[in-house]
Amino acid sequence: MQVDTSYAGREYPPNAVYEVGREKLREFADAVGASHPAHTDPSAARALGYPDVIAPPTFAVVVAQRAEAQLFEDPAAGIDFSRVVHADERFTHHRPIHAGDRLVTVLHVDSITVRAGLAMITTRAEIADESGEAVATVVSSLAVRPEDS
Amino acid sequence: MSDDLTVGTEVARREVTVDRARLVRYAGASGDFNPIHWNARVATSVGLPDVIAHGMWTMGAAGAVVADWAGDPGRVVDYQVRFTRPVPVPDPGAATVEVVAVVGALDAAAGTARIDLTVSLDGARVLGKAQAVVRL
Repeated sequence: MQVDTSYAGREYPPNAVYEVGREKLREFADAVGASHPAHTDPSAARALGYPDVIAPPTFAVVVAQRAEAQLFEDPAAGIDFSRVVHADERFTHHRPIHAGDRLVTVLHVDSITVRAGLAMITTRAEIADESGEAVATVVSSLAVRPEDS
Repeated sequence: MSDDLTVGTEVARREVTVDRARLVRYAGASGDFNPIHWNARVATSVGLPDVIAHGMWTMGAAGAVVADWAGDPGRVVDYQVRFTRPVPVPDPGAATVEVVAVVGALDAAAGTARIDLTVSLDGARVLGKAQAVVRL
């Protein structure tokens, strides 16, 4: 299976709305050991000026990966997930994600390069609220090892 | 958070332990069910030494250290890492990851500090270019 480099530059249509729930944020915060009360206690979050509990800095990956699935689960893209290694990840928060947010993600395939059989895929998930206000940008790079290695 | 920050100052240090149960919990919370993070047979069949932690778990655990120091997780406006080395998680037992946060740069005009993270397992770094930008 060969990664199809012609997917580079592609922009997908907006993904289905992701509705952020308090209990999901609590579950995620607990899993990564993010114990700040602003993740779990609405009054602590409000005291910091937020409308409801806020997400830990890396929670946006949960939202982004639903959009990324459009690329990775497309058989024509030729990405064998058993040979994928996560290379790097970056979150830029235009504002914190909070419970009650209804988020819409547009996935961009920023680049696909192949060198000596190793494919490097960089995606960018632009996450916004339903009114179109930017919320977070998630840039992720994956390496796909060649079949023989 | 101190008002008189200087570049090079260590602002936080924490040891975080991770066992198999923690990885299962992260898999469920994040939706990343790749079996290399919970099934030793699958992990070793693809050439890994053992089950390895999700890179995103390690990134998240280190991010919590910065968020606690900032006093408000919403002040972490940018956070990036490279995944340079896997974190094998034994069974029985646990792996202990050390997180050290140092002021890497200050931007007075933007009102931000760049916090550089050294995240290591048994003295070897598992993340590269781990940097968080915090609004002061």
